[in-house]
Amino acid sequence: MGVPEHYYVALSAILFTIGVVGVVIRRNPLVIFMSIELMLNAANLALVAFGHRFGALDGQALVLFVMAVAAAEVAVGLAIIVVIFRARRRLSVDDLSVMRW
Amino acid sequence: MTAYVAFFVLAALAVGSALGLVLRRNPIHGALFLVANLGSVAALYLTLGAEFLAAAQVIVYAGAIMVLFVFAIMVLIPGKEETGPDPRRPVRVLAAPLGVLLFLLLAFVVARGTGAPAGAAAPGPTTIGALGRLLFARYLFPFELTSVLLLAAMIGVLLLARKKAS
Repeated sequence: MGVPEHYYVALSAILFTIGVVGVVIRRNPLVIFMSIELMLNAANLALVAFGHRFGALDGQALVLFVMAVAAAEVAVGLAIIVVIFRARRRLSVDDLSVMRW
Repeated sequence: MTAYVAFFVLAALAVGSALGLVLRRNPIHGALFLVANLGSVAALYLTLGAEFLAAAQVIVYAGAIMVLFVFAIMVLIPGKEETGPDPRRPVRVLAAPLGVLLFLLLAFVVARGTGAPAGAAAPGPTTIGALGRLLFARYLFPFELTSVLLLAAMIGVLLLARKKAS
């Protein structure tokens, strides 16, 4: 009847890999953040697939928590980026090699 | 049969939009690709019987978080992003083989784990009610901690983003 769950887990692996490559190759911190969202999303998809396979709802509850953590992380991260932009007037992760200046 | 067609269409959409996010230079295009990706993953949640998560995904991710992203991009990026030669190009070229390696590793783990026994029957039609009961019974403490986390994030953002009163 339904699609086997390991198809979903394989798709999740593909999306996670794309997110990792995005974090590594991009220079814009905003795009790096979006790639991190991509990875979180891939993990969520795997959690839902596993939950579906075992007939348990715990995976879905965990996904809800991951979403809340992602929202908090994005808010704090974007605030940090705004502060860095105010101090530096440009955005490139290659320039940000010191923690304070 | 239709389940397979739906899965592969949605999976192709998700992978294509993820590649668009990583490969397009313009961050606004990347943000729109990410919205498409989140939407297709929400549809995949629907095919897995997770209706509440699909709705939450659209509202929280595609709604709130992506609006925040687009707002930040509009405020911060003056339209000329990632121009000029990349000073670290020789290092970044390594990302492709390393990505392939990581994917092979993950695929190996997935292929090894498919022999796991399937669980009991899939959750019934009252999924949302059962999920709510689970959240407010077994996961009550993490649920309340989440609200503390969000409050802490809010206060932290306010502290970070305020102008120095000098």
